[in-house]
Amino acid sequence: MNYSKIVLKHFRNPHNLGKIAKPDGVGEVGNMACGDVMRLYIKVKDDKIEDIKFETYGCAAAIATSSAVTDMAKGKTLDEVLKLDYEQVIKDLGGLPPIKVHCSLLAIDALGEAIYEYLVKNKREIPEDLEIKHQKILTRGRH
Amino acid sequence: MIVVVMSTRRIYMDYAATTPIDPLVVRMMLPYFSEKFGNTASLHQEGSEAGIALERSRKIIAKILGAKETEVYFTSSATESNNTVIKGITWANKEKGKHIIISATEHDCVMESAKWMEKQGFEVTKLPVDENGLVKIEELKKAIKKETILVSVIHANNEVGTINNIEEIGKICREAGVYFHTDASQSFGKIPIDVAKMKIDLLTASSHKIYGPKGAAILYIREGVKIEALLHGGGHEGGMRSATVNVPAIVGMAKAAEICNNEMAEESARLMQLRDKMIQNILKNIEGTRLNGDPVKRLPNNVNISFENVEGESILMMLDQEGVAVSTGSACSSRTLEPSHVLTAMGLEAKVAHGSIRFSLGRWTTEKEVNYVLEILPKIILKLRQISPFKTKI
Repeated sequence: MNYSKIVLKHFRNPHNLGKIAKPDGVGEVGNMACGDVMRLYIKVKDDKIEDIKFETYGCAAAIATSSAVTDMAKGKTLDEVLKLDYEQVIKDLGGLPPIKVHCSLLAIDALGEAIYEYLVKNKREIPEDLEIKHQKILTRGRH
Repeated sequence: MIVVVMSTRRIYMDYAATTPIDPLVVRMMLPYFSEKFGNTASLHQEGSEAGIALERSRKIIAKILGAKETEVYFTSSATESNNTVIKGITWANKEKGKHIIISATEHDCVMESAKWMEKQGFEVTKLPVDENGLVKIEELKKAIKKETILVSVIHANNEVGTINNIEEIGKICREAGVYFHTDASQSFGKIPIDVAKMKIDLLTASSHKIYGPKGAAILYIREGVKIEALLHGGGHEGGMRSATVNVPAIVGMAKAAEICNNEMAEESARLMQLRDKMIQNILKNIEGTRLNGDPVKRLPNNVNISFENVEGESILMMLDQEGVAVSTGSACSSRTLEPSHVLTAMGLEAKVAHGSIRFSLGRWTTEKEVNYVLEILPKIILKLRQISPFKTKI
């Protein structure tokens, strides 16, 4: 597998690894049968991602994309975070092998799910795009 | 103080994928590139020189297999040999029947050839295997019917190293009057093979798995077996495989086979000791591990372990970063994103198959290398389990 240097760097030393004790939102996507599970925890303050952590079961690309996504999201407003897309993740990682592109989608989905949970918990309005995405993830069996 | 741990030395533990060519083999091959370069089909001196080398190679292989020289055909790869068997036997024997039997743990080149035969209107039965990967002999007896023209069962499995009871299967097929083929790509050169004793009608073996070059393989076809060629043309290899003969690769394969055969007893004892040390150490020192494949009926060089709650490709990549080359049955490493069909046929859940790693040892594997891998492996598994959301242990 030809992974970029940035992918391997994230894989070897992932950023924002672990759990948050009392998270404001948790997003989980993927399933064990498929070989990828990502769990993302967020802490929100003043509508910004104050802290973010992840746990991932999966290949090197899944671990690296999780790490990269947490880096991209940290400190940003929820609106900004919801605008992140998988192409930016891939760009930030210096590219991904074509067969691994779905890993970057998973990471973005996990982030969306964590924000979705935060918004629901706080009885906030759910943006239409996010609602559609959430429903899609549910019907796909979290994958 | 900064401690720089930079290992440029690689530890290759993927000998089941391919092997480096033995320097003695390379030396044997060299004259056949530029000096003795002739075409075996030519009548002049250059051609005859190449022809002599070809026939000498055939003689060596035939002797090792317990076959006649006229029963050994050279091809380009095990894939070609296996394709020739599946397609050539069915084509030549379709008047008798259109049913073939393979095992559920064949190499992809047998699986895919059989799948293609299904599209051509043939019926394919896949024999189930037990939890260790052994073909269920009773199921074979039940599956053979009067339309059956071929049974193809892998000798030793490439992923888990399980060695099938080929002699028993050969006997059943011979008694039923059905051709029996075995893919011996992983076993040839490692464990004894005798085509007469094992009642084998067709056998595939490869050069690059036994420290020979890529681009050469054999197909043993017992005298009298009805088979059609895949490649038609100038009539090389007795018309069984037309194409200018790859003399340097074949000379190399014969030398490689000879070395393996001469050193087999000693080398397999050495590898088994390293293999068992690895297996015992990993199972004892790392929680949530299981051995895949048969603990006893196993290739001397195969270690296949599943690690719970970690995914195989990430273990592979982590080991690669530390200088160690292995392979995995995880979906993430495959083109199809499906877990290994061998592990799933053995009844492993997808999540267990995803966490599997194959270490395959070989001629240049040392105890020091094994010790290094056993030292870094627990740390790698621990690190990946810290990343994983699943912390439970088996």
